[in-house]
Amino acid sequence: MGILDVKDVNKRFGGLKALSDVNLSVSENTVHAIIGPNGAGKSTLLNCLVGKLIPDTGSVMFDGQSVLGRKPYEINQMGISRVFQTPEIFGDLTVMENMMIPLFAKRDGVFRLHAIESVSSERGLREQAERMLDDVNMLDKRNMHSASMSRGDKRRLEMAMCLVQEPRLLLLDEPTAGMARADTNNTIDLLKEIKTKRDITMCIIEHDMHVVFSLADRITVLAQGTPLVEDVPENIKGHPKVQEAYLGEAA
Amino acid sequence: MDAVILQILNGLDKGSAYALIALGLTLIFGTLGVVNFAHGALFMIGAFCAVTLNRLLSLSHQVVDETQKDFLGNPLKVDVPYVNDIFGEATGSAIIDWSVPLAILFSIPVMILIGVIMERGLIKHFYRRPHADQILVTFGLAIVLQEIIKQIYGANPIPTPAPDAFTGSFDFGVLLGFDPNAVIYPYWRLIYFAFAAVIIGAVFAFLQFTTFGMVVRAGMADRETVGLLGINIDRKFTIMFGLAAAVAGLAGVMYAPINSPNYHMGMDFLVLSFVVVVVGGMGSLPGAVAAGFLLGVLESFASMNEVKAILPGIDQIIIYLVAIIILLTRPRGLMGRKGVMED
Amino acid sequence: MLGLGKKDITLFAVVAVLALFAPFILNPFPAGSSLAQFNAGYPDLMQRFVIFGIFAIGFNILFGLTGYLSFGHAAFLGAGSYSAVWMFKLLSMNVIPAILLSMIVAGLFAVVIGYVSLRRSGIYFSILTLAFAQMSYNLAYSVLTPITNGETGLQVTLDDPRVLGQTATADGGIPVTNLFGLEMRHFTTLELGPWQFQFSVGYYLCAIIMLISFYLAIRIFRSPFGMMLRAVKSNQQRMFYTGLNARPYTLAAFVISGMYAGLAGGLMASMDPLAGAERMQWTASGEVVLMTILGGAGTLIGPVLGAGFIKYFENIFSKINDQILHGWVAWLPDGLEDLVVALIHPFVGKGWHLTLGLMFMLIVIFLPGGLVEGGQRIARSLRRRKSTDDGKSASTEPAE
Repeated sequence: MGILDVKDVNKRFGGLKALSDVNLSVSENTVHAIIGPNGAGKSTLLNCLVGKLIPDTGSVMFDGQSVLGRKPYEINQMGISRVFQTPEIFGDLTVMENMMIPLFAKRDGVFRLHAIESVSSERGLREQAERMLDDVNMLDKRNMHSASMSRGDKRRLEMAMCLVQEPRLLLLDEPTAGMARADTNNTIDLLKEIKTKRDITMCIIEHDMHVVFSLADRITVLAQGTPLVEDVPENIKGHPKVQEAYLGEAA
Repeated sequence: MDAVILQILNGLDKGSAYALIALGLTLIFGTLGVVNFAHGALFMIGAFCAVTLNRLLSLSHQVVDETQKDFLGNPLKVDVPYVNDIFGEATGSAIIDWSVPLAILFSIPVMILIGVIMERGLIKHFYRRPHADQILVTFGLAIVLQEIIKQIYGANPIPTPAPDAFTGSFDFGVLLGFDPNAVIYPYWRLIYFAFAAVIIGAVFAFLQFTTFGMVVRAGMADRETVGLLGINIDRKFTIMFGLAAAVAGLAGVMYAPINSPNYHMGMDFLVLSFVVVVVGGMGSLPGAVAAGFLLGVLESFASMNEVKAILPGIDQIIIYLVAIIILLTRPRGLMGRKGVMED
Repeated sequence: MLGLGKKDITLFAVVAVLALFAPFILNPFPAGSSLAQFNAGYPDLMQRFVIFGIFAIGFNILFGLTGYLSFGHAAFLGAGSYSAVWMFKLLSMNVIPAILLSMIVAGLFAVVIGYVSLRRSGIYFSILTLAFAQMSYNLAYSVLTPITNGETGLQVTLDDPRVLGQTATADGGIPVTNLFGLEMRHFTTLELGPWQFQFSVGYYLCAIIMLISFYLAIRIFRSPFGMMLRAVKSNQQRMFYTGLNARPYTLAAFVISGMYAGLAGGLMASMDPLAGAERMQWTASGEVVLMTILGGAGTLIGPVLGAGFIKYFENIFSKINDQILHGWVAWLPDGLEDLVVALIHPFVGKGWHLTLGLMFMLIVIFLPGGLVEGGQRIARSLRRRKSTDDGKSASTEPAE
């Protein structure tokens, strides 16, 4: 039993079978990567985990509880945070304000009407936010308008926003997509640092093998909606089935 | 039964106007992605095209008529329209009598010109602005247009009669085997409906069978891809806007005899037309037409005394009620496509 | 102080001074002088300034913070007015219960309309609110006549019970609205030389309520709730994946802004105890949108500025007629004088709406942030000029 257990999940879009009989178990405190060629169903699978899509059959259990049928915000409240392929942040807000929103959500739950209290009097939460920003080396940018930052900084901010909620499972959807090599390496270092500093489970969907092999403890290869192999990185590297899947894509 | 037929007929002319305005609205929305609150004003300007032509044709000079005497016994001064001088009396008065149908020809170039100026001068700059900005700027434009018309033509409705030949009513009842006068319907409304059907058919044919229409339809389905193909979509959109303006204008010209044009008729129709577009499905042309007629007919049913006796006030709110129910149960409207205006 | 930051205190103080000294500020010209027509310090007009200010402040809490553009807020204004007049008819002419009821009724209205409308966003939300407001308007005109008195409008009459007050005054007239005996229409005139200043009870009541509303709006803007609303506007997706449901927040904002509108409606009826359906018409909804945008949506001071600006110019512009215009340009040669008057004529008097429409378009096109943004741009360019001046003087100093 892992922290996240996916059992016999199927998902169809009209005539297209996007996922068929997906089984996956992510153990606590590991970094689990899901790789596969384009159209393998990685994003569909991820969307099934966070409540954006509901599988046709099968079950998705997080820490012994089913996530199926729950709204994305309820799933987040269970302890799953998600980093998007293109950073989703509150562009109209400053970096510090961006950090305060998840902190309020963590403290107050889904909805609480704090209409008269002042944000500036929330000392405790502000300190927490500052500590987190310091962890991702963004403290000096705390008063910046977040939409005006570079893509790399937006990515950092998004991760900080997810981490400050202290999730038990962090889902990352191609965290280095579209990044330059240097930025990619920075992101890898950041993720490694995060992992050493706290107990957290990560599930990464990634295209870039360099990222996958530098981070993952276990790898699942997905092709045409079905998991081909699941193993430790060393065994995946030369696996014939994996090569076939990727070469198949190239041909 | 005869009452039901009568209500369907009654709903058709209003439904035709809704359908024509909504068609233009959704065409603009579908192609340009702009929410145009000034579209009702175009309908209103169309109606005033009819007024203007009527006045132009009736321009007169005074002539002393020796054969007639006023009550003092002096020769009577009569107004003689210039058209009588040019075409002779019989043809001249016929031309004035037929000023509304003639205004169709007059209004097409005028409306296309107004539409093109509007698009090039204002709307173009709002393609990339948020929908709220588009709503606001076209709302401002609508106010300006209606105030200009008010300054020129005054605040009172201006009766603009249809040709004498169409003043009577058609007795549908006899045709269908009911008593005479049970189902009578004014000729002009019948013509309005037929006219609307022709215009709608023409627009659909234009979009279906011309290359221009094909590009526009492709643009409605996927703007970016069409842009990538290297087709100058901007130019086509300008023409599209002119076309939508002309459709709204024609709807207005022909509506003038049904409802004497006044400066706020555009806004009155706009609110309802928006509801029609939303009910039909944003960006869906058949949806707009179907919803236009549907709501027109529903509205006239709701105003039957039998219905009002059961549900008092229903005639006042039926359209809005239907819109609310449809929006909540079918967010995309009756025939809306996926991905249009969903955020 | 008052739980506000330093900047907000200054802002609040400025608005408070403007509101409390309005009778002076708006009457800068001596009575009887030719410029007296530009005075706006009459109780009637000043009341309208602050009441529409309240309406716009409330609208801004919804539109400015969440970005949801409601085209139906007039429905709440109308509901507030009707409730207040009913209170005057049934209970007493005291304005307090009337104002309270108008807020409660508008709030309940807003819960229902908001609950349904907020299930959609963008243009669909605008259309839904518009549909609800038009429905209310049409019903108020037709079947709801027993409650609204249809086209005539709801008024207080001599037959009303007024269980806690008096049905008629001692001399047989209809009693007037009051605050524990203090009559709303009562005013004193202060004459200072040729100047006249009018201080009315009604205006000061409205002004104080406006200040309270403004204060609360500042608190809401600076609260976690206000920040959540801005987050809704910015990125609902991220909000959803941060464990928050946007809908309760938007609904709360909708209801709060509906109650502001109800309060404005109740105050309108308190100043002049009648209510008509036209207050619910969509043009009235459009007006508050105009005010908010013109002043600057999403800013604190914007809606107040916008409301004052529109109501002031409406009053001034619609008063100008050809005679006055001729008076102004009499110094021009005759032909030119007529031409100038003919050119200005369409924009003044009854043509005020044309000016308003043009102004509104220009603002949306060139100054999407409204008057506040305009002010900021001017301030910035002044500061830049000043800093370059400073730079020059600094560089010249060592030479001395």
